[in-house]
Amino acid sequence: MSGVIASPIAFFSTLCFFAVGSIGSLLFSRRDSVAAIWANVFAVLGSLASLIFAVNSLVTGKIVSFSYASNFSILSFTFRIDALSAFFVGLIGLIALMASIYAFGYLKHYYQRYNLGVLGFFYNVFLASLILVAAAHNAIFFLLAWETMSLASFFLVIYEHREETNVAAGTLYLIMTHIGTAFIFFAFLLLYKATGTFDFSAMRAGLASSSSVVKGMIFLSALFGFGAKAGIIPLHIWLPSAHPAAPSHVSAIMSGVMIKTGIYMLIRICFFIMPSVPLWWGVVVLLLGAVSSLLGVLYALSEHDLKRLLAFHSIENIGIILLGLGSAMIFLSFGLPGLATIGLVAALYHTMNHATFKALLFLGAGAVISATHTRNIEEYGGLIKRMPQTALFFLIGAMAISALPPFNGFFSEWLTFQAMFQGVVTAGVFTKAVFITAIGSLAFTGGLAAACFVKAFGVTFLGRPRSIKAGNAPEVSGSMRISMAVLSLLTLAFGFFSGMISSILKNIALSLPNLESADTTTVMHITFSAVTAVFATISMPSILLFLAVGIMVAAVLTVFVSRRQKIIRNITWDCGTNLTPRMEITATGFSRSIITIFQGILKPTKQMDVEYHDSELRYFPKIGVVHLGLTDVYERYFYRPAAHFFLKISEQVKKIQNGNINAYVSYVFITLIVLLIAFAI
Amino acid sequence: MDRIYLFALQAAFVPIAAPFFIGLTRRVKAIFQDRKGASPFQPYRDLWKLFHKDEVISKDASWVSRYAPYLIFGSLLSVGAAIPVFSDAGFSLFGDFLAMIYLLAFGTFFLALAGLDAGGGFGGFGASREMLVSALSEGGLIFSLFALAVAARTTNLAGIARGIAGVSFTDFTPIIIAFVGFFIALLAETMRYPFDNPATHLELTMIHEAMILEFSGKRLALLEWASGMKYLIFILLGVNLFFPWGLYGGFGPALVVSAIVVFLKATVLAVVVAIIESTMAKMRIFRLPDLLFTSFVISIIAIGLLV
Repeated sequence: MSGVIASPIAFFSTLCFFAVGSIGSLLFSRRDSVAAIWANVFAVLGSLASLIFAVNSLVTGKIVSFSYASNFSILSFTFRIDALSAFFVGLIGLIALMASIYAFGYLKHYYQRYNLGVLGFFYNVFLASLILVAAAHNAIFFLLAWETMSLASFFLVIYEHREETNVAAGTLYLIMTHIGTAFIFFAFLLLYKATGTFDFSAMRAGLASSSSVVKGMIFLSALFGFGAKAGIIPLHIWLPSAHPAAPSHVSAIMSGVMIKTGIYMLIRICFFIMPSVPLWWGVVVLLLGAVSSLLGVLYALSEHDLKRLLAFHSIENIGIILLGLGSAMIFLSFGLPGLATIGLVAALYHTMNHATFKALLFLGAGAVISATHTRNIEEYGGLIKRMPQTALFFLIGAMAISALPPFNGFFSEWLTFQAMFQGVVTAGVFTKAVFITAIGSLAFTGGLAAACFVKAFGVTFLGRPRSIKAGNAPEVSGSMRISMAVLSLLTLAFGFFSGMISSILKNIALSLPNLESADTTTVMHITFSAVTAVFATISMPSILLFLAVGIMVAAVLTVFVSRRQKIIRNITWDCGTNLTPRMEITATGFSRSIITIFQGILKPTKQMDVEYHDSELRYFPKIGVVHLGLTDVYERYFYRPAAHFFLKISEQVKKIQNGNINAYVSYVFITLIVLLIAFAI
Repeated sequence: MDRIYLFALQAAFVPIAAPFFIGLTRRVKAIFQDRKGASPFQPYRDLWKLFHKDEVISKDASWVSRYAPYLIFGSLLSVGAAIPVFSDAGFSLFGDFLAMIYLLAFGTFFLALAGLDAGGGFGGFGASREMLVSALSEGGLIFSLFALAVAARTTNLAGIARGIAGVSFTDFTPIIIAFVGFFIALLAETMRYPFDNPATHLELTMIHEAMILEFSGKRLALLEWASGMKYLIFILLGVNLFFPWGLYGGFGPALVVSAIVVFLKATVLAVVVAIIESTMAKMRIFRLPDLLFTSFVISIIAIGLLV
């Protein structure tokens, strides 16, 4: 059986499902419900097939690889699904499966409003291209898949095209992703020049003799290109506007797995293609991770658009993944592959965890939005009574992302901490300082993320409804709740089975050529119930057990001591006035003090508009409006000057093309003279 | 079998002794204020009284308010069972200091949600300030304990206690510096002066008391008890990790001696906290971050001296 699953045919069957799903939904696009169900049924089948395929390949450890030549000599359709690819294919399959189940219920609110056939088409193409990106093993073929992924996701971002902000968000996304792709092209061309091949496996041998400058350039352009997709600060500007614009189940996939393809390729390049990693690469990645994680969470705190808030948390979590990846690269450069394995396992584990809990949170946000028809947190409130199950699932996601035990987010952050602690103990003075900075940023990130999710959950679900829409919100449909329930269970299970999963991830890390020589026996000890990473042990099952016993003791105690006491329901203490929803704390108010403290970084703005009863006599204000916001530092100090610079250069270059034929003849003449002189010398 | 007895004894100590240390701190403060003050055992009577009162729950409150007190109390019980109390025998029951800090954060998370649940203005602002202080104190807390971990070469709590016990007096300076960082975090995390006033829920000074304003009866008792446990846990961490002398590793008559020593050390630290509370003014909320960053930087200096 496993032999059948681990065959190219099984892999192609997943792609066929997506193909049938995409074409069929276009054909049925006249009937909304048929198109939506057709697209989702085949998306479910395709993602389930890829999940089974990936799990099978991880368990049996078999590498599936096959290649088809094309008419062009440089392009061959080469697939190679090794352990690393299988991990990402499986993750894509898992999240896509949950999102597609969710979509059955979620898409209903698009009926009669938007064309569901088009959505189904691009959705299936998007899923297929994601899997191809993780499976491709030839650079040109990879770029084709990458570009398909970018374009498909662009069309999904602008799907709700009647809202102008969405189209603007899509345009920004398209520009940023293509700047990134240009750098990826450049990286692959450099690799081709250095090695003479576009095949990932063959590149490694060719790179052995190339100079460190070339390798450094390859690394930097790859970091820029893939970093733009992953949303590393300061290349993140597209992410907080594009993710909220897409339909929520697509946001879950984009945030859960699409941005991880950037991480996947960074791992592929630094641990598979490059024969060695110099110290400064790791330091750059670690510092970028530190900046992204801390700034990501600070920007998230200032958001009151629920999906934008989650999008900024994606940036934060990409930062945490980079902290693990960066420490792995630093250890590798010091010749400590054992410790590097811990760092990489931490990065992979957090990749997986973030995919599950972020997908869960986006699906929860989608449920809230489809029930209330607004993304503004300030208009929610009290939803826990209207949507009790969604509230519970969102709470579980919020706890997981805040790294609270016993959920999965805690374990991967713990492992990241341990990898970086080792850096402080083993590395040289400069590297120690870098590691201490990174640990400091992760320490603050954890606490601030918890603060942000107390805000997000508290203001959305607790208290009293702040708008009529929130007061009348219905609980969402069964398919949406099922997929959120499964993801909630997975966040708990990925925490509980940390030992088992760590050993699988360790095998994935050890299958990479740069870590093959790693001896992990002394630094990492994994059993079912406990994981030991160099100088600390943790046991997630016993944390759960301790918590459960503690809570039970509390419950039993109160039952025994105070049995006969009555519970009276009465109004909240209101100081003698009548409570209105406006007396509750708002999301803006909740995070304002933190923003004030970090105002040096965040640069908050405050603009007051007052309208007077008599504009001549400015004594009696009619309406006062205060706009609180943040200065867009990146646009102001980086993107706008950059755009300005390029415009100026273009202005100068334009002068060459003055429309005078004599001038053009003289250009030809001058070029000829210069070339002749050059050849003569 | 001995280990089970020892574990049970340690796990029971924190909930049983916690009200006493709250009462003791209050008594010392009363003496400073030229009052006689209640007996240190008064908090036990308060808890007993609260457990036998009827309770009022807000109509706007959800199951979060109903279950949060149990979750908070349970998380602190499990932390209390995992730290070295009388003994530094290897109880790495579920993990290291990071697991402990994040379990404490679990309690803080639900406390803040409980504050928001009823939709009152007091609770909301208390929750906002609580999350502000706890987010910013986490850096100092993690780094001060990490300094110990660097010295002891392990992050497991019992291992830290054993490792620091072996540090000679001449090398003790960084440990003292780290303790200063830890002590600031202790004051912040247990909501004492200059961060919060544990004796009042007046608007200007409120953090912890504001969050639990809507609670009464047995749930209030659980929350008050839990906050006492958190105080004792931090005091025990302070004396047993930074000054781990006199901890006995086994189970025997010598344990009585080590229990007395720990009790005395904890009493001294609680009195110091009370003295600081009595001689210091509460700070403005926007001055608190300076103090918390100081704790962070002091701990980094300690790590710098150790590595």
